[in-house]
Amino acid sequence: MNCCSQKPVFEMHSGEKLCKPHFTEYFEGKVFKTIRQFDLIGKEENLGVALSGGKDSLTVLHILHRLSMQNPKIKICAIAIDEGIHNYRDKTLETAKEFCNKNSIDLHIFSYKEEFGLTLDEMLNILDVKPCTICGIFRRYLLNKKSRELNFTKIATGHNLDDECQSVLMNQMRNDAGASARLGPKAGLTQDSRFVQRIKPLYLCTEKEVTAYAFINGLLDSFNECPNAIHSFRVQVRDNLNDLENKFPGTKYSIVNSFLQVLPFLKEKFKSGSVKACAKCGEPSANDVCNACIYLEKLKNSIIRVV
Amino acid sequence: MDKLKVSVFLDRDNLNKTLQLDDNSIVSDLLKELKINPVTVIVSRNNELILEDEKLKNNDEIKILSVISGG
Ligand code: SF4
Ligand SMILES: [Zn+2]
Ligand SMILES: [Zn+2]
Repeated sequence: MNCCSQKPVFEMHSGEKLCKPHFTEYFEGKVFKTIRQFDLIGKEENLGVALSGGKDSLTVLHILHRLSMQNPKIKICAIAIDEGIHNYRDKTLETAKEFCNKNSIDLHIFSYKEEFGLTLDEMLNILDVKPCTICGIFRRYLLNKKSRELNFTKIATGHNLDDECQSVLMNQMRNDAGASARLGPKAGLTQDSRFVQRIKPLYLCTEKEVTAYAFINGLLDSFNECPNAIHSFRVQVRDNLNDLENKFPGTKYSIVNSFLQVLPFLKEKFKSGSVKACAKCGEPSANDVCNACIYLEKLKNSIIRVV
Repeated sequence: MDKLKVSVFLDRDNLNKTLQLDDNSIVSDLLKELKINPVTVIVSRNNELILEDEKLKNNDEIKILSVISGG
């Protein structure tokens, strides 16, 4: 089944083959439908796009930038977090800067080194922890704090269907339904003015679709992978999921679609009460002291011991 | 049977390879030969995306681009 007489560039899991213009129309249509269906973007927004320099976040920025050009009430800026991962983030941030320069998009960069005194690489030399655990805690912390200070109404991220599917399975395997309640196209559980709402416009796009779109639009840079990724549980779940998808096409859609049906119940069940303010930094936190401050304290104590 | 010579660039490994394949081979034969799950890559020739059922030609220069996110 071909869409038309032009040469196809993408095959859907249904077997339908799409040419370049029809694939582009399909992909962008899906993103805008996701935005409408889940009410991700309102009439007036000051959006921050979380930019890593990878294909997913560049694709979101590319599409939302065009949306904002057509719609002056929707303002767009990019925000990037430099964790300090040698030979990886330095490269992807170059791509991010280039893209923003070329398209005249404001880019705000915040680094672990400047905000916490240490790069992620340095932190990992000091503490014996899973890299992605502290990387994620500090990234979410900075992203939220800085986005709030920059008055962003929402933060758009590059999370795609594959990411979501992996997270759902990982949470099931860890018996952590509460973590799944925080997923969804509109992430998070609590409506609190100190939390900037995170949205995922690529929620229903597979990684393969995003890559094809990025390729066609010149957004695909040379391959880059975080050196810490190989240690992660996520990578094993990802590889197994891709094997399943190959054997049973449509598996990822099915998992995420059925997840979407139970998500409202999960959100209701795990709805948290009032959010506290961290006793150390004042940022919103579920506990008396936030996770970022707990790890910063551990880092400080370990440094003292080393010295 | 005749053989095809195809050169392949794998972006994930940053590696160039030359392969001999049977005449009439298609992209999915190439991926099988390289033990690559087609879900995890897109394939291009002359800067255009090609599908798994595309016939390969002698001296083709193929790029295999990983779709996985880097973290
Ligand atoms: S793979 Fe882990 S360590 Fe690397 S950027 Fe992602 S979360 Fe951070
Ligand atoms: Zn067409
Ligand atoms: Zn704190």
